[in-house]
Amino acid sequence: MKKSVAYTEYHPKWYRTRVSTYWWSRRWTYLKFILRELSSIFVAYFVLLLLLHLSALWKGEASYVALQAWLRTPSVIVLNGVSFLFVLFHTITWFNLAPKALPVRLGGKRVPDALVAAPNYLAWLALSAGIVWLVARG
Amino acid sequence: MVKRFNEPFLWTLFSAGGVVAAFLAPVLLFLYGLTFPLGWLAPPSYEATLALVRHPLSRLVLFALCSLPLFHWAHRFRFTLYDGLQIKHLNEVITVFCYGGALAGTAMAGYLLWKIP
Amino acid sequence: MAETIVLEVARYRPEQETEPTFQSFEVPFRKDWVVLDALNYIKDSLDGTLSFRWSCRMGVCGSCGMMVNSEPKLTCATFLSHYLPGPVRVEPLQNFPVVRDLVIEMTDFMLKLQSVKPWILRGAEKPLSEGEFLQTPEQLETYKQFSLCINCLLCYAACPVYGLDPHFIGPAAVALAQRYNMDSRDQGAKQRLEILSQHEGIWGCTFVGECTRVCPKSVDPAGAIQQYKLTAAKEWFKSFLMPWSAR
Repeated sequence: MKKSVAYTEYHPKWYRTRVSTYWWSRRWTYLKFILRELSSIFVAYFVLLLLLHLSALWKGEASYVALQAWLRTPSVIVLNGVSFLFVLFHTITWFNLAPKALPVRLGGKRVPDALVAAPNYLAWLALSAGIVWLVARG
Repeated sequence: MVKRFNEPFLWTLFSAGGVVAAFLAPVLLFLYGLTFPLGWLAPPSYEATLALVRHPLSRLVLFALCSLPLFHWAHRFRFTLYDGLQIKHLNEVITVFCYGGALAGTAMAGYLLWKIP
Repeated sequence: MAETIVLEVARYRPEQETEPTFQSFEVPFRKDWVVLDALNYIKDSLDGTLSFRWSCRMGVCGSCGMMVNSEPKLTCATFLSHYLPGPVRVEPLQNFPVVRDLVIEMTDFMLKLQSVKPWILRGAEKPLSEGEFLQTPEQLETYKQFSLCINCLLCYAACPVYGLDPHFIGPAAVALAQRYNMDSRDQGAKQRLEILSQHEGIWGCTFVGECTRVCPKSVDPAGAIQQYKLTAAKEWFKSFLMPWSAR
């Protein structure tokens, strides 16, 4: 960090700007980053929903019906809608960034990021379709 | 205490949770959070859902699905608090809150998935 | 076509003020001028006391990094025409202490760069009689991108983590560490792991990705850091699960 500085008549007083608490609002790219990080809160909410369902399943049919009624209330629908958008944002940013962390090389040349991300998207769509089939047929 | 636990391990949990959440969270949230409550598709009955969940493989998958994303949240939220709100000096409190929360959720998931008939 | 353009330049003269101020200069607008040309015009014709760093004026030395309209840029590679009608705000590189006007103190980076040992490390020196190292184009390709770093520090200016915690080792240092880790001639990965795997090493990085976005040489330091996180995590698990393997 600071090495010992020789004092001169005009002592160099290095000026250091303090980082504002709102640094993340100053640039669009920083804001996108913070939104991406905040998506983790909605991922946690998703787990909470899972736990509520499991709890209702354990407690019995009455509990399950009550949970379904609660899920139909407008404010919960809105919350779920917002959560879904954030969770989707997580998925998209995750797949788009994965090729940077795991560069794939074939025949000595680097595979373009889009081609590494694409199989992730395809697998995600296939898996999602499979789950819809599994759950909805019941 | 965090140094002993080591960032590499926590980061691995974060990554695993991120992958699991990326693949499975959107569709499940869409189904159980929007599609079924809004009636776009007939919501599955209690018996049908129970039948789906009680299979040992389902229990395992659901356990991973509950636990890992919580650790993803814990790690990411911890850093968001450090950098976003600049409260890194509270790092002990933050660490306990985040990873403790993830552990609590994991324990609850394990208990429920064990107890479901 | 504009005749002139205004530059608002940050001034900081520690002998006469305690905080930076801004000074406006009206410089001739030329289609082919870059911000550095404007700064040199100011120094030659308007105010000779303006202090700033520059050297090659062609984007390879990394000396002229400054904030132009709050974006980290090489002033020799930033055209005035991009900012018409102006004004153009020129400030010293963010996240570094300001010594004077547009000159920043970069010793912190120098020490961090040294700490990652950015040179070929060998277990034992290869004697001349054994001839030169041979490297295939494929082997070169694995680290070439990271070798293009010109130490311009734009990535440090862009990195919010470095701004919040100057202990963070930062993008360029990791990219250069990776340049050597991935070099087939190098055997020093274990030594660099010690420095990089500290809490102040790579783990402060939250993959904002700004460093990669502003890098004028497309080094992709963010990618280097994430790749290294994976390597460091693998090493941690190996040391945890197989402590008998030679460290």
